[in-house]
Amino acid sequence: MSHTTLPAGGGSNFGPGAAGNVIKRDRALHAPAFTPGYKTSVLRSPRFALVSLEPGPGENAGPRFDGKILAPLENDLIRNYAKTGEAVGERIIVFGRVLDETGRPVRNTLIEVWQANAGGRYRHKNDAYLAALDPNFGGAGRCMTDDDGNYFFRTIRPGPYPWRNHGSDWRPAHIHFSLFGDAFAQRLVSQLYFEGDPLVPLCPILGTLPDQDARDRLVAKLDMKMSVPFDSLAYRFDIVLRGRRQTFFENKPEGH
Amino acid sequence: MPIEYLKETPSQTGGPYVHIGTMPAFAGLEIRQEEQQHVIPGPGERVRLVGVVWDGSGHPLRDAMLELWQADSAGRHNAPDFSGWGRAAASSETGEWEFDTIRPGVVPWRDGTPQAPHVSLLIFARGINIHLHTRLYFPEDEAALAADPVLRAVEQTGRRATLVARRVEGGDVPTYRFDIRLQGEGETVFFDM
Repeated sequence: MSHTTLPAGGGSNFGPGAAGNVIKRDRALHAPAFTPGYKTSVLRSPRFALVSLEPGPGENAGPRFDGKILAPLENDLIRNYAKTGEAVGERIIVFGRVLDETGRPVRNTLIEVWQANAGGRYRHKNDAYLAALDPNFGGAGRCMTDDDGNYFFRTIRPGPYPWRNHGSDWRPAHIHFSLFGDAFAQRLVSQLYFEGDPLVPLCPILGTLPDQDARDRLVAKLDMKMSVPFDSLAYRFDIVLRGRRQTFFENKPEGH
Repeated sequence: MPIEYLKETPSQTGGPYVHIGTMPAFAGLEIRQEEQQHVIPGPGERVRLVGVVWDGSGHPLRDAMLELWQADSAGRHNAPDFSGWGRAAASSETGEWEFDTIRPGVVPWRDGTPQAPHVSLLIFARGINIHLHTRLYFPEDEAALAADPVLRAVEQTGRRATLVARRVEGGDVPTYRFDIRLQGEGETVFFDM
């Protein structure tokens, strides 16, 4: 079987960047798989250790999304599902920068967000919480980072809601988010919370994280300077993805 | 003092409503109805990949969302005519998921040795704190499987078979079944790459 030869540690054969390998993920910054305080993880957590390998060419490359796929209002959840008017709730702007571990901005990468409405109800066929749906709120948004890694979207602050865990636990207000970076190995899905929410310290899902520093890094901070007078409060939330080594630190193909 | 790097943002579960943001039509939103993210168009031999993600009690995950990443038929990533990327939702009734894609080509590993044709899969679901990363290999490529540098990194040789799909009869295109077991007997190999 013939194959194309790529340089060791190479990324994609097409597309930008003769970038180096994505740096090993520091698993100590993340929750372990088995977190019995979050009961659903008990039967959904592998018992064997993960098999660790340096990422190869396929893991150093990754899917690319063109900003042209986005419709004009996709980053405005107040209006992107409007039927008879704007979505109900506390109007907020969430914004920040996406950087990698080395401080490099992650440019032109797709961010997807989803959330409950102001009453804590998701527009999902499987959510049966008694709070009402808002006919003008879908809860899905997308945006791209710019050339400096900046992003923003406008939405309403989601409501807290009860869920089955230790009887009725309550989720703090949160927004789910998903990022791709420019490598398959940088994929990240997580949730952002709001400064000052009294449910934050009680949340079993935030409680899966190893320490207070990790939990704090998922809390968006109120930013009065960026708030829009007589319109919307602003919350700042910066995101960090795995970085890449410079190519001159990579092993040579014939090296050890 | 050691050099300070920024710390990666911690992962949290995608939750049961992950589809709202990733596959909104599946969630029931009246937007992006035309999307078929589990179909990955492009030149090459069409193949169908089907399976179920099973929990440690043998129960299917009916809220899982899977993402696929693969090379084109010539072993290239980000080729101009093939995205190499797709998404599938497990059925809310049975947990079955499905991708319609092309048979991938051979991608060299870091040292230039060929890898056996494979697709990479990520699993997101309620109860999964950080997405799980596995690979689906094709059963016909016996010699390539035996030489594959990633499979060979799995020390327990008996576990390597958890990464090889099974060809199933029927279907208009070659169809492969890949059961992912999160825990217990036959636990699938998951990677940290």
